[in-house]
Amino acid sequence: MKKATIQLETLTCPSCMQKIDKAVKSLEGVDQESVNVLFNSSKVKLNFDEEKISIAQIENAIAALGYEVKKSQVS
Amino acid sequence: MQRLILKNKNRITLISGILIALGFISKWTMDNPKLFEGALIIASIFGIAPVAIQAYQALKVKVVSIDVLVTIAVVGAFFIRNFEEAAIVAFLFLFGAFLEQRTLNKTRSAIKELTEMAPESALKQREDGEFEEVEVDEVEVGDVLLVKTGAKVPVDGRVISGEGSVNEASITGESIPVAKEKGSKVYAGTILDNGTIQIVAERVGEDTTFGKIIELVEEAQESKSEAERFIDRFAKYYTPAVLVLAFIVWLFSRDLELAITILVLGCPGALVIGVPVSNVAGIGNGARHGVLLKGSEVISDFSRLDTMVFDKTGTLTEGKPAVAETEYYGDNIEEVLGYLASVERESDHPLAKAVLEAIGATKFSTVEATEVVKGGGIVARVNGHRIAVGNAALMEREKVDLSAKARADLARFEKKGDSLVLTAVDGRLKVLMGVRDRIRPGVKEDLRKLKKLGVKNLIMLSGDNQGTVDAVGRELGLTEARGNMLPEDKAAYLKRLIEEEGQIVAFVGDGVNDSPSLALANIGVAMGGGTDVAIETSDVVLMNSDFSRLPHALGLTKAIARNMKQNIFIAVGVVLFLLSGLLFSDWVNMSLGMLVHEGSILAVILNGMRLLRYRLR
Repeated sequence: MKKATIQLETLTCPSCMQKIDKAVKSLEGVDQESVNVLFNSSKVKLNFDEEKISIAQIENAIAALGYEVKKSQVS
Repeated sequence: MQRLILKNKNRITLISGILIALGFISKWTMDNPKLFEGALIIASIFGIAPVAIQAYQALKVKVVSIDVLVTIAVVGAFFIRNFEEAAIVAFLFLFGAFLEQRTLNKTRSAIKELTEMAPESALKQREDGEFEEVEVDEVEVGDVLLVKTGAKVPVDGRVISGEGSVNEASITGESIPVAKEKGSKVYAGTILDNGTIQIVAERVGEDTTFGKIIELVEEAQESKSEAERFIDRFAKYYTPAVLVLAFIVWLFSRDLELAITILVLGCPGALVIGVPVSNVAGIGNGARHGVLLKGSEVISDFSRLDTMVFDKTGTLTEGKPAVAETEYYGDNIEEVLGYLASVERESDHPLAKAVLEAIGATKFSTVEATEVVKGGGIVARVNGHRIAVGNAALMEREKVDLSAKARADLARFEKKGDSLVLTAVDGRLKVLMGVRDRIRPGVKEDLRKLKKLGVKNLIMLSGDNQGTVDAVGRELGLTEARGNMLPEDKAAYLKRLIEEEGQIVAFVGDGVNDSPSLALANIGVAMGGGTDVAIETSDVVLMNSDFSRLPHALGLTKAIARNMKQNIFIAVGVVLFLLSGLLFSDWVNMSLGMLVHEGSILAVILNGMRLLRYRLR
C-alpha cells in the first residue's frame, strides 16, 4: 500500500467533491476507506495498491472528470 | 474533446458572453431578429457544453449536481424556443463559477500563504564535505545542512556551527528575529535573516513542527460542524428533490417554462458554500496571527464561552520566580550572602535558583553536613557556622528569635503573595527574601479584553499556596482564585462547572502538568511553545505561548460564528425571496433567478472574506 496526496486545481462546488470521491473509490486497487477529498485545500488523499493501479491511472481518472491535477506525492 | 472543452471553460464563457452582447446589439441597433436569434442559439450551445459535460460525469457516478439542474433547464428553454433565457442562464452559471473560483481562492489565501512557506530545497553535505542542493524530500534525519542568509531552514534541527538570527513567523506568527547559536533549535519553514549556520536534521517532512501545523490547519478547515453536516445531508437530497418537484409541476401544469424556472431557482449554491467559507477564512486569519483553531466545532463552542479557567504558573505568570524584595538584619551581610549562595548552590529547588540569581557573583565556601528538612528548607555547616535557609516553620524549629520588625516584614511580604526565604546564621535571622513569580506583562489588559468580549467568569487554579494565589487574583481582578490544588483537584473542579452548572468552560494551560484539565474542558487552550503534546491534545493553540493571542482568538471565533449566521441568513433569505416572487408575482424569470442566485453566492463569499482582515479592537 502506498499513500498518495494529489493536489488539484481549486475546487469550488461541494458536489465536485462527491464526484471525485465516487470516481476514485470505484477504481480497482484504491483503498475505499482511505479516500478523503479535501474541499478547502483542494486535495485528494488516498491509499492504493501499487501492484494493481498506478498513480498515473488515478490522476487520469480525476482528470477525465475535468479537474486538473497539479501535482501528486506518493510515499 | 471533453477535456478540451473543460480546459477552456473560461474562454468559452467569454465567447458566449460576447455572442450574447452582439445579439442584443444587433437587435436594438439593426432591428434584425434573425441575427439576434442566431447569435443567442450559438451562445447557448457554447455555454451549455461544459455544464452538460459536468452534468453527465456527475450522473455517471450517480450524483445529481447543480450542473444537472442547469443543463435540463437550458435544454428546456431551448425546446420552448426561448433562446434568450437559455443563453443568459448558461452564461451566468459559467461566469458565476468563474467568479466563485477567484473569490474562493482569496478566502483560502491565508492558508495557502502558510503552505507556500514550506521549504523546497536544502543544501546537504556530501561525503566529501561539499554542500549540494537537493530536494527537501531527500533530506534524512542526521544529515548536515547549510543554511545561508535569506534561505529557509529546511527541517527541524540543531545548530552545530555558525550563528545568525531567524524569523520564526511561520511557526509563531511573530516576526521578531530570534538569535541562534551553536546548540540552538531551529524549525523548518523559518527564515534565516542574517548569518550562516550549519544544522543537523532532527525531524524531517511531515514530522517537523511546521509540517504538523500545516496538517492541523488543513484538517481543521475540512472538519465539519453539526450544522454543516446537516446542510450537506440536506443538499444531497435537496437537489434531486428540486428535480422531482419541477417534473411534477410540469406534469400537472404542462407549463414547461414554469418547471424549468423552478429548476434554476432551486439551485442550492449559497447555502452549501456559505458556512465553509466563513470557516476557512476564519481559521486562516487565526493561523496568520498565531492562533490555531482546530475545526468548526471548536469555533462554535469557543464563541459561546461562559467561563475561562487558567493555570497560574507559566500561564498568567512567567513561571520564572525571582527575588522581589530583600530585608537585612545586623551586619556582615556580604559574608552571610556568600554562605547563603553556597548552600543554595547545592539545591535544585526553583526558589534556590531565584535566590542565587539575585545574589549574583559572591565568594563561595565549602558546605558540610547538609540536612534537608522536608517542607522547611536546608540546614548546613559553613566555615564553622550553622546556616539555616528556609521558611518560617524552619526558623521555629531552629529556635530563631524574630524581632518585632522581622515579624512585621514577614507579614508584609506574605500579604503581597511572596514565597519567603529566611536565612539564619547561628540562630540569628540575617536575611529575609520575598520571592515572586512575575505576572506576564500585559496579562491584566488581556483579561480585561476577555471580560469585555463576554466571558462571565475568570478563574485561576493553582498548586501554589493560597496567599500567593490570592495576591495574583487580586492584582488581576479575577472572579475566583484557588490555591493548593493538585492536577486532579483542578480536573474535578472543571467537571463540576461543566456537568453540574452546565457552563461552557475553556481551560488555558501550558500542558505540562494540567493535561487532564486541557482534555476535560469544553475547549482546551494550550500555551504551545511548539511542543507536540500541547499542539496535539488541545483544541486551540496559542503559538509561542503568547498570552496576548487569547483575546484575538476569542474575538475571532465570535466573529466567525456571527459571519456563518449572516451567510445562512443570506442564503435562505434569497431562496425564500425568489420562491415567493415566483408564487405571488410574475417578475421572476429564469435568467433573473440565475442572476440573483449567483449574486447571493458571491455575497456569502465576500462576506466570509471580511474575516481575513479581522482584528480585535
